[in-house]
Formats: sequence, C-alpha cells, structure tokens
Amino acid sequence: MIQLGAREHHRFEAAGKPFVYLVPSAAIFALDSTADDILRQLTERPRTREELVAELSARHAQDDLEDTISELARVRAIGELVAPAPVVAPPPKIFPLTPFPLTTMVLNVTNQCNLSCTYCYEYSEDKIVDTENGKKPKFMSEETARQSVEFMLKESGDNKVAHITFFGGETLLNFPVLKKTIAYAKLRGAEVGKEVDFSITTNGTLLKPDVIEFLAEERVGVTISIDGPKEVQNKFRVFHNGTGSYDVVEPKIKELLKRHRSRPIGARVTLTSGPLDIKRIYRHLTEEIGFWEVGFAPVTTSPGRNHAISEDGYGDMLGQFRDLAYEFLEASVQNRHHGFSNVKETLEEIHKGMSKAFPCGAGLGLMGVATDGDVALCHRFAGSDAHKLGTVADGIDRSAQHAFLESHHIANKTDCSTCWARPLCSGGCYHEAHTRYGETTRPNLHYCEWIRGWTDVCLQVYGELSERNPAFLAQFDAPMPAERVS
Amino acid sequence: MKHLKAVNSKAERVDRATAGDVVALQRPPQQPAGPHIPLGCSLVFSPGWEADRAGGTAGLCQPVERDLFDCHIGCYWPAQVPDQLNHAPDWTAKCAAAQKDWRKIDLVFP
Repeated sequence: MIQLGAREHHRFEAAGKPFVYLVPSAAIFALDSTADDILRQLTERPRTREELVAELSARHAQDDLEDTISELARVRAIGELVAPAPVVAPPPKIFPLTPFPLTTMVLNVTNQCNLSCTYCYEYSEDKIVDTENGKKPKFMSEETARQSVEFMLKESGDNKVAHITFFGGETLLNFPVLKKTIAYAKLRGAEVGKEVDFSITTNGTLLKPDVIEFLAEERVGVTISIDGPKEVQNKFRVFHNGTGSYDVVEPKIKELLKRHRSRPIGARVTLTSGPLDIKRIYRHLTEEIGFWEVGFAPVTTSPGRNHAISEDGYGDMLGQFRDLAYEFLEASVQNRHHGFSNVKETLEEIHKGMSKAFPCGAGLGLMGVATDGDVALCHRFAGSDAHKLGTVADGIDRSAQHAFLESHHIANKTDCSTCWARPLCSGGCYHEAHTRYGETTRPNLHYCEWIRGWTDVCLQVYGELSERNPAFLAQFDAPMPAERVS
Repeated sequence: MKHLKAVNSKAERVDRATAGDVVALQRPPQQPAGPHIPLGCSLVFSPGWEADRAGGTAGLCQPVERDLFDCHIGCYWPAQVPDQLNHAPDWTAKCAAAQKDWRKIDLVFP
C-alpha cells in the first residue's frame, strides 16, 4: 500500500497554537487540531491513509480527516512515499536573471583605521588582504570614487534607487573623498533620474561637529560600531597604544544622536568570548546612549582565537537573544518601538517567505569596492584578488560572477540539504566560512544549532504577532530595504 | 482551505498557486496497480481486421467474426456494437456460436 509521509517542515507553537514552516517553500500555515494530529502522526512514521484515518477517527470526523489530508498534500506538507525510494535528484539550481541589478555598493574609502580592535577581520590575524604592506592604496582617490559612482549608476539597471555605503577601515579617515563623492553622486543621480541613498559605518572616533553637521544635512544613514558599556567596549575596541575607545566615542555619539534626527541611527555590536550580557549591552546602547536600534553579530574568527565564541557561548547567546526577541514581541504587540534589529530583519524574511539560493546578496545585488577600484563579492573581501568580480572602470566580470554563483548555490551545500532552516540561512556568511574553513563555498557548520535555535525563536515571535497584532506585520509587505553592512 | 490557515505572504502564494490543483490533489492516494489485463479490441491481439499469410481470412488464428464479438464483449468502445443494455437486448439471440451463426446476427438501426 502507498504510504503517506510528512515532507520537510518545522513545527512550532506560538500563542498556544500549532504552526508549520514548510521547507523549501518557506510558507507558514496555522494548523487546526486535525491538521496538527495528522502531521504529527506522519512525522512519527509514514502510514497508509486507511491506517491514519483509523487511528485518528476517535478524535476527528472521517470527512474532516480526508479533507485535511488533501489540504496538507496540496501545500506539500505531506505526500505519498514512493517505494522503492526514488533516487534523490539534486534540487534544481535556479539562478536569478542576469544582469542582476546592483542594489548596494559598499565603497571601502580607506583600508586604514585609527583603532586596533583585536578581533578585526581587516587587521587581525584572520585578515584576507594585507592592508599594511600590500599593494592597494591606503585611501581611495576622488577619481576612483567617481568611477565607482558611475559603475553603480550603470549596474543598478532599472532600479530607481541606488544605495552607496561608505566603509573602511575607519570610513571617516577619508572624509574629504566621502564628501565629494556624495556631491558627485547626487549630481549624477539627478542627471540619470535615480535617487541615490547614502550610509556609512564608522567607529565614531572622528565624529567632529562639522562631520555630524554634514551627515545630518545630507541625510546619511549612520551605523556605529560599538560593543557596549565602557568595560565591554574597551576590552577589544582599543587604539593602537592599547587604550580603550569608550571615553572618546561616547560623547561624540551622543552629539551625533542629538543633531542627526533625519534618519534612525543604529549600533552594530560584535559579540565575543567571555561572559556575554547582551541585555545589558542593549539597554546601555538604547536607553543610556540613545540608539534607535541595535544589531548584534558574533565575531568572525577562526576557532581558537581568544575572542572566539565557544559552543557554550553560542547557547548562552541564544538564550539572551530569545529574551530580547520576546521583549521585542511584547513591545510590538502594543505597537511600541523596540530596537532589537536582528529579530526585525529575520521577521521580514519570514513574512515574505524568503527561500534563499544564496545566503546574502554578495556578488549579486551587493558588491564591495576596494580603494583601487577593484570590485569584490562584498566589503569584507574588497581588495582580495581571489574574490574579485571586476573593476569599477571595466565593469562586472560576468564570467567570474557566474562562476561564483554556480559554485555557491545552496544546491552545492549537501550538508544543508536536510536542514529545515536552509531557506533562511542558506549556509551562512561567505566571509565567516572563509575565515573558519578557508573556503567561501563551505556552509558554516559550526553555528548550525545556533541558527536553527534563533530561527525557531523568530518563527515563534512571528506566529505570536500573527495572532496578537497582525497589523504589525503589514509593514513587511513593502520591498526589502537595502542590505545592512557590517 | 478549512484546516490550514495561510499566515505569511508565501503561504498565501502557495494557497493561490495550488488552488487550481484541487481536483488532482483531492483524489485518494494512488491505489496499488492491479494486474495488467489488456482490454479492448486493439489490445487482445485478435487479428480481426488482418489478413492471413495468403491474403485471405481462412488461416487466421481466430475467426474474423471475433472482430465483432471482441467489440461486443471485451471492448469499451460503444459505437461498434448495438446498445444491448437499452435498445437491442436480443441482437445476438440467433447467434449461438459466432463462428457458425455470424450471418444470423441482426442488423440494428438506432
């Protein structure tokens, strides 16, 4: 007899009700008790339709069972098992249509920095590009920046908005070029009928009054890299002589937050080893300093460095993320703002039902430009010859881009093929994989448990919101915002 | 759908995209296939409309009359024989043995 079996899914509960997240479609359905019972029986082991109906007929009417089986089959939550099992065909590799328009260009206007954060992926032992003695110029020239703007305007295709993110090194070390680039991009954008949106990431040390004035005036989105209260910030975010940077940045950031009201300003926290008090960091940055939102990212490092997060550390981090996510939930139910940006970003992807072939937009809608104008996968690879996708002068090397997409598709990551979280994770950050395993093509297996745990938390928050304040979720119907850069 | 509720945008798209599939998907799961019995005239390999090696019909392994009776008994094809159920229940009454009596089969006009 033909048996029915559950297809790939992740069941979760929210607001006391059962839900199912389907893989790979990334669709979420709320289940009634009949659907839940059927799915659970079939998850336990496959059964024939007759067997299933007989087992559940005490609790549910036969008609309901038959209808529900049809509905579950229709959305591919369950299906017939074919015996003998078919040879597992590799999932189809579907590539986006090319030329794929560039949404965000990250301009590394300098590879120099006035801090020496121990864990920095650009300077520490894990760096990819030799920024001290390498052949790349230390600062991007005005000419290269202008070429980059032209490159962006051309490669953004039919997009109405082009996003330019200034990055470093410490971005503000090259403030003169940044300023001129913005003026030039606005001029050229107006000529070709595109809006150009600007943002920067900075460590905050060089936020002088004239810089703040300029950023506010030009509505530049600002992200500040900061790790938290003084003792946390000063542990790794230090000047070259080893002194902590907290006392230098704190007043400047407060000044920025006071003057720059045209756009929400976010903090970007690198989480490292040691006792993590994420909630305290969050409170400090939002309530005491005044950031609108705070995003956290575990440090990217090869294992064994003393700032690397241990396996226990990831478990601890998940617990604290969960607490903050539930705080976010309660605030959102009451339509109050909560600045935990990690959960918001994931909720948006969940709402849209994103099922990713690639973990992020690198090499596709997002590219990084090195100081000499070489175009790479993303800002973290800017300047690396091995990850080059062209130059701003000559445009994108389509064959290199194609080869990159071909070799990094989720279908290549066999480890991921049985994981229910792959529609959202898709193997994780290329740079993380490169640092960890020396290969951008590898999935980041060291944090699978953490990703699944975190995705589960976000699904629960999403399910709760869908029950308790569905109007809140309507904000995610709009197109995706530009990718966040860190 | 009564028992599932689409929650996110993708679920709504799945719902819409499979709405036309209802008939196909609501069939009971496939029954195990029975033994393969070819039915119908063209599948029984009866050589009704064929000729023997001499070009005649005398040497066929089955009589040409089977041609008609294949359609009558084993074939689903309704146009070949009179409607025995409704209009012509007795059309073969005089034909006790087709091989011998085939000329006695009535002509039936609807």
